[in-house]
Amino acid sequence: MLTLTCPYCGVTAEETELTPGGQAHLTRFGPGSSDAEFEGYLFARTNPKGVHFERWRHAYGCGKWFHAARCTATLEVFGTYPAQAVAPPDDLIAHIKARRPGWEGWT
Amino acid sequence: MTTRLARGGRLIDRGAPLEFTFDGARLRGYQGDTLASALLANDRLLMGRSFKYHRPRGPVASGVEEPNALVNLGKGARAEPNCRATTTELFDGLAASSQNRWPSLDLDVGVVNDAMARFLPAGFYYKTFMFPRPFWKHLFEPVIRQSAGLGPAPKDRDADRYEQIHAVCDVLVAGGGVAGLTAALAAARSGARVMVLDQAPHWGGRAPVDGGEIDGKPVETWVNDALQALETLPNVVLRSRCMVAGVHDHGHVLAEERIADHSPGDGRPRRRLWRIRAGKVIAATGALERPLAFAGNDVPGVMLASAVRDYLVNWGVSPGDRTVIVTNNDDAYRTAIALRQAGLAVPAVLDARERAEGDLPQQARALGIRVETGKAIARVQGRKRVTGVQVCLQAGEGAVLEDIPCEAVAMSGGWSPVVHLWSHCGGKLLWDEAGAMFRPDPVHPPTGASGQPMVVCAGAAAGALRLGDCVTDAHLAAGGDGGAPAGAAPIEAPLAPVWVMPQGAPVAMRAKMWLDFQNDVKVSDIQLAAREGFTSVEHAKRYTTLGMATDQGKLSNINGLAVLSQALDEGVPQVGTTTFRPPYTPVAFGTLAGEARGPLFQPLRRTPMHDWHEGRGAHWEPVGLWRRPLAYPAPGESVEQATRREVLAVRQGAALLDASTLGKIVVKGPDAGRFLDMLYSNLMSTLAVGRCRYGLMLNEQGFVIDDGVVARLSEDTFLCHTTSGGADRIHAWMEDWLQCEWPDWQVFTANLTEHYGQIAVAGPKARALLETLGGMDVSAQALPFMGWAEGQIGGVPVRVYRISFTGELSFELAAPAGQALDLWRQLMAAGEALGVVPHGTGALHVLRAEKGFVIVGDETDGTVTPQDLNMGWAVSKTKADFIGKRGLERPALTDPDRWRLVGLETLDGSVLPEGAHAVADGVNANGQRKVQGRVTSTYHSPTLGRGIALGLVRRGPERLGEVLEFPTIGGALVKARIVDPVRYDKEGARQNV
Amino acid sequence: MSDPVTALNGARAQGYVTVTEAPPIGMITLRCRGDVGPALAGLNLPLPGQRRIETGAGGGVAWMSPDEWLILIPRDRVGAVLAGLAGALQDVPHLAVDVSDARAVLWLEGDKVREVIAKAAPVDMAPGVFEPGEVRRTRAGQIAVAFWMVDARTVELVCFRSVARYAFDLFATLSQPGAEVGLFD
Repeated sequence: MLTLTCPYCGVTAEETELTPGGQAHLTRFGPGSSDAEFEGYLFARTNPKGVHFERWRHAYGCGKWFHAARCTATLEVFGTYPAQAVAPPDDLIAHIKARRPGWEGWT
Repeated sequence: MTTRLARGGRLIDRGAPLEFTFDGARLRGYQGDTLASALLANDRLLMGRSFKYHRPRGPVASGVEEPNALVNLGKGARAEPNCRATTTELFDGLAASSQNRWPSLDLDVGVVNDAMARFLPAGFYYKTFMFPRPFWKHLFEPVIRQSAGLGPAPKDRDADRYEQIHAVCDVLVAGGGVAGLTAALAAARSGARVMVLDQAPHWGGRAPVDGGEIDGKPVETWVNDALQALETLPNVVLRSRCMVAGVHDHGHVLAEERIADHSPGDGRPRRRLWRIRAGKVIAATGALERPLAFAGNDVPGVMLASAVRDYLVNWGVSPGDRTVIVTNNDDAYRTAIALRQAGLAVPAVLDARERAEGDLPQQARALGIRVETGKAIARVQGRKRVTGVQVCLQAGEGAVLEDIPCEAVAMSGGWSPVVHLWSHCGGKLLWDEAGAMFRPDPVHPPTGASGQPMVVCAGAAAGALRLGDCVTDAHLAAGGDGGAPAGAAPIEAPLAPVWVMPQGAPVAMRAKMWLDFQNDVKVSDIQLAAREGFTSVEHAKRYTTLGMATDQGKLSNINGLAVLSQALDEGVPQVGTTTFRPPYTPVAFGTLAGEARGPLFQPLRRTPMHDWHEGRGAHWEPVGLWRRPLAYPAPGESVEQATRREVLAVRQGAALLDASTLGKIVVKGPDAGRFLDMLYSNLMSTLAVGRCRYGLMLNEQGFVIDDGVVARLSEDTFLCHTTSGGADRIHAWMEDWLQCEWPDWQVFTANLTEHYGQIAVAGPKARALLETLGGMDVSAQALPFMGWAEGQIGGVPVRVYRISFTGELSFELAAPAGQALDLWRQLMAAGEALGVVPHGTGALHVLRAEKGFVIVGDETDGTVTPQDLNMGWAVSKTKADFIGKRGLERPALTDPDRWRLVGLETLDGSVLPEGAHAVADGVNANGQRKVQGRVTSTYHSPTLGRGIALGLVRRGPERLGEVLEFPTIGGALVKARIVDPVRYDKEGARQNV
Repeated sequence: MSDPVTALNGARAQGYVTVTEAPPIGMITLRCRGDVGPALAGLNLPLPGQRRIETGAGGGVAWMSPDEWLILIPRDRVGAVLAGLAGALQDVPHLAVDVSDARAVLWLEGDKVREVIAKAAPVDMAPGVFEPGEVRRTRAGQIAVAFWMVDARTVELVCFRSVARYAFDLFATLSQPGAEVGLFD
């Protein structure tokens, strides 16, 4: 059972206090978008064995959504950051690269 | 015979005798006994029958790895099957019975399977009971089930209580033997928060039995000193009888504490689940001895050498006057020496190795014990207990050299480190050729949240089997610097990797060599599996059931793997191991459930009027975690009758509904209108203050996810009603969009669902009822349809909404929850003269169906659009964007062939079956009858005096008047006509008065 | 005007920790992204830092999230405090709303109160780790709760009103005599 540290309230919460929200950093496509764009937004998700960025909500705590960078194979947590970030913070990217030298980057 | 010696037994208190029963016989033991040691002390060697062949079995081990001595404990509400006698603490009044036997343990009819054993090899059931296929379900499976299984599951509700607790520590030490205590001392002295857990009721593990010295003190003295030191440290928690069941992700450790197993009914919880977050786990879990495979190695009286030693030293129990030792290593000589020192005879030590020159063999020889090297057991004699062994050359094919009469055989095939906790989260193992054992590969440890190793094995669990190595290793594993305890023990020579004896045993012998004792898997079965192509260890396991019994292969999985590797002519590491999974030993379901049973099984959400409903005899309907009254049957009235009465009360007079469960979310801020325009498919920002509007919420796909009435409370404040089950979900949905998609919008939400008790007053006399209580103007002028107003009714502050889900004149009164029951009571009292009654959700469903109103979750199932519900009017054409707008444009959602909402009326007036499908002509690709619609809601309407239904039908609204056919489960066809879903007061005159 | 009743009418269970439903208390949820310090100060209310609860002359304030506070005041002060907040924050987008009836408050008292909380909540309740003054929002059994320690042997716990009975029964069950653990002794 995972533990993640909520960047808003600082609590290291266990999985039972959190709800998962799937892949992070999706771009919403609404009216006017092409079929391909909309399909990608609705249905296309990455499923890496390795570094993954995902959404979590501190549902039983402060109620805030945040993002976590996590290795899906080892469950190593590289870091968490606010959900308002449009991209992972630079220091987190650097940390992941140090931990996973072969990593291709987050986009 | 097995018996209690006059002296000895470090764990028993001879001053505290206990009485217990086994299969009804009254027997005596001592405080400190296990059930197994007490039974042996009473010469009860036969303790169980094997699973498949019903062979007579005695204990082979003295601890958690025991596969044979499984018993039923307790009776009735405290019955528990499959308890290991070897780990069951004896207490006064303990009642145990044997299992998997009929009519008795001594005389078991099922043993006929044993005579048939050569016709029941591995895979017998798979191969035999395949055809004809129907026979499996109706003949084979019932018969096999009847004869299979160990103890019967208890039938009564468990009389005990259980609980859980969360704990956090820096270092968790699993195992309180000398390695665990060494590691705990080292960790504790560094200031870390340390927890030390041991599965046994006593500390020290098996080192006090095996002997030796630590820091110049006898092991037992050192253990007591170490414990005392730990007990005085404020940063150390010690728990005995607490088995670490598993290590999970991110240092989550589960452990089961046996609090009152040995004192049933003393008022304490029986067991407690520890949910521990550990920074680091030190697995000081020791090692388990392995049996050897020789013909008849399962005859009662054949035990592990360490078990014989344990029974002798810990409990003062003799396995018999004469014990033959058979071994491939030096350690088993400790048993020979201990037996001889206790005055018992050891006719011979049969050592499979060519040489035995270590300290222990030499000590044994010095005691006059006959040591035979290069020898093996060809066959054990005896059936229900050992009467002797036949000796042969290990290197040969089993030609008998000599018969040695004896009552017991102590066997040792070497030791396997207990690597379970290391392996649970992915720690890798390596094969240690010298020790012929898998041990943790330090290069590939399980890692935690930070990516750093989170488990380290210490002592014997790491493969450091000798006392000196063991404590040094444990000290280092805990990060201790300098000053490791110094252990001293005799020097041991290497073992020989002997698994099967004799080496060239013919098939007749191999078919009597047990590997998995409980599941009756023999050497010949593994070899058969290899021949038949089950070369993967995971396949061979499932084909033969090796390691799948309640001991999960603790005793002899490694032997099985070694036999498989020999059969495949591969190395043991190439064959690999099966997966180690939690729990280490079985955990009671009660422990996992904890307090969550009975009233605490699940939270029950109660409205302020809950107790009133209960007092009124409400029949409940679960809605999410809420309970809502379905109907209030009067004495002698059925739920159906009550529902009809309540429907008519609304249509003809007035009735009250507890609507408190409706979600109520306040949305406030300068951007609140803009936000709700995105969330609802229709426009909300144009709603006037003081007014209400019904709205639909869609997901991005364009499907309806919730509905409800929105009231505009002020320029920047809206109150959104959601479905009863939907409040938390919709609140979370709102927060998701606000936090993640539009974080710069100035909008705040709060879930006020439980702040209000909400009472719907509906019916032609509703206004009269409110006016009876008085306090505010509820006239049509002051409070028109779809308006709201604040004031007081009966002295209770309320917000009153003129909304209707019944089609009648209706007011929804929202009062603070703490005053809602008072208001409800006042309304009931004032309504007495008007014939006001409470009504439940059953009546509500009928009332709204008569009006053609949908319920999200009944008419919708996550694939239904507003247009499908004929609610295109609630989808804004003018808004540039809203959640679901793009989704609704997809071709499949604009297909004119979609199933759409209609009313359905049976031609004979009957009620359509729930969920019935309307059939169409032809069959689909799977050969199933095509369908063209389905029933979503169906009731008897007392208002109309007939069955009415709502349904979704292909192009439904275009087909009014058509008759559809609905097959019922019984095969009959029900015909129903497509009609307008609004069956009552089409123009809405009754609600707007 | 009728007197408000609490969810459990002041129920009390005597185990090795005593569980009591608190009498009615005024509670206001305040949400705002701006600086609410002056507005609170004007009402003699403190502005606690992250995960803290503080008490001032006007009442207590608990930090609930970066943009949410729970104000704890006498029941009869709710209207005045709401009006005060509305005035002081009239130019700042915010939400201030009475939630007094939406919640239930339990008091747990006893020397072993820490371990009883630890039986229900995945929280490190060790002395020195969790101390009076800290607010923790988490899960207790199967429901959401917020709690803080009033002193070394008293916990004040807030949950939703509809599950007040569950919360009460949960802690009453977990503090039954015989179930003492001694984890933090």
